[in-house]
Amino acid sequence: MEKDMNVRSLIRDNISKRKNSIDKLMPKFFFLMASVSIITTIGIVMTLITDAIKFFEKVSFAQFFSADLAPLNANNPTFGILPLITGTVLSSLIAMMVAIPVGLTAAMYLSEFATEGTRRVIKPIMEVLAGIPTIVYGFFAYSFVTPLLMELIPSLEAKNVLSPGIVMGIMIIPMVASLSEDAMNAVPNAMREGAYGLGSTKLEVTIKVVLPAAISGIMASFVLAISRAIGETMIVAIASGSSKNLTFDITKSMQTMTGYIVEFTSGDAGSGTTGYYSLYAVGLLLFIFTLVMNLIAQYISRKYREEY
Amino acid sequence: MTNYENKVVYDVRDLNLWYGNDQALKNINLKINKNEVTAIIGPSGCGKSTFIKTLNRMIENIPSVRTTGQILYHGLNIFDKSIKVEELRTRVGMVFQKPNPFPKSIYENVLYGPKIHGIKDKNVLQEVLETSLKSAALWDEVKDRLHDNAYGLSGGQQQRLCIARCLAVQPDVILMDEPTSALDPIATAKIEELIDSLKSDYSISIVTHSMQQAGRISDKTAFFLMGDLIEFDQTEVIFSNPRDKRTEDYITGRFG
Repeated sequence: MEKDMNVRSLIRDNISKRKNSIDKLMPKFFFLMASVSIITTIGIVMTLITDAIKFFEKVSFAQFFSADLAPLNANNPTFGILPLITGTVLSSLIAMMVAIPVGLTAAMYLSEFATEGTRRVIKPIMEVLAGIPTIVYGFFAYSFVTPLLMELIPSLEAKNVLSPGIVMGIMIIPMVASLSEDAMNAVPNAMREGAYGLGSTKLEVTIKVVLPAAISGIMASFVLAISRAIGETMIVAIASGSSKNLTFDITKSMQTMTGYIVEFTSGDAGSGTTGYYSLYAVGLLLFIFTLVMNLIAQYISRKYREEY
Repeated sequence: MTNYENKVVYDVRDLNLWYGNDQALKNINLKINKNEVTAIIGPSGCGKSTFIKTLNRMIENIPSVRTTGQILYHGLNIFDKSIKVEELRTRVGMVFQKPNPFPKSIYENVLYGPKIHGIKDKNVLQEVLETSLKSAALWDEVKDRLHDNAYGLSGGQQQRLCIARCLAVQPDVILMDEPTSALDPIATAKIEELIDSLKSDYSISIVTHSMQQAGRISDKTAFFLMGDLIEFDQTEVIFSNPRDKRTEDYITGRFG
């Protein structure tokens, strides 16, 4: 009892000595740190917008959304963005055609079928795949996948959109797999038990109960992966070349929006020229693309959330 | 005596069960009769949930589980290789502690079982839907909103939906693992009433924490303690004149 009284008085002393100022100051500091990323984002967007406006003072919207892209033409440069959009959209579509089936089945396996031991081996390996620098993937696409594909498709050009599309798909498999697996893991076990109790096989439980219950998270993982593919730069810059012709032939070289920005920031556009400002217009459009994708992802995960 | 044997749905013989190295069930012997309600009582951790989950082999979803002994279901050992666990579970339905409807419509919940087992005929499905919901005393409450999400129902309604879902595959045994522990007294009373009405068509085995509930609804009661089956008898006998001191101590509230 004596001891208890001692502790009590010690605590009372300490509380009375404690300075309140730090308790009040710290939250403000935390808020400041949290604001840094928001302020940076606002700064970037402002830069993009102001310089994009300068671009549109020189080039009309009609020309911007046309198929004529010849920014290096000394006499009459044109800045039609459609070839870049096709390049971006096609390469992303190819990537998704690789990443969605592989990523989703991998997620189903990891979440529902793999034993704890297998999962512990496979997940880190997949995460390594996600950690490979994209320049390595680009090199891999150009020097390994393209020659391989040429065996199958003789008409394939050395720079083409198919090969980097596939490699981008491989790159985002871990993202799709990991996010979809999280979504499926979050489905309460009680739901699986209910289905097992009715005589479902493991496959039926996975496809008819777990998958529908996790669909919002799975869809969100797809959309986030698409936005990753749209913004991906190095792989396409290396392996799909810089052809500025409008085409839908995936065996041919195409330039993506990101590839265009790489090409022009590496020296060809002098500051203040229309070509220089075109980078901001393309960058802004790219930003809008990924922003819309992320908003769609958020919308989907809210709308299709199955309440349980 | 043969007549008596025909009445037996489950004949559990020398059942032992381990989680890894921990023995959870020790040498259990008991018989569950047709059209009776068998209550399983005992303090937390006594093995009563483990036992009931062994009856439809749900316990095998836990990787480290190992069993010895036999459970004869209509004379067939459910651990036999020739037994398909999926088929066993359609004959032996289960209702869980917390209502666990699927995040689908009421309609889809009830018809999940028939559909995965290949029933496609619309008329049959409609019939099953209606009879199952009626048997579960839920039809009148949901008939106008069959396509609404099941999670819009109250907890008690959800649990009756789970019972309907289980009835839809026409089992002959229903295992209930503390089906009312997450429900309020009114919803509990409804489920108890339902159990009583289902008794004529099904054999029911119910795990419960509430001795009053066991007393109200069951014909036989099994008392488990630390993985042992201490006493198994007519419910009146267990509650009025138990043979074992430990049973008496438990039902009079001296421990547990």
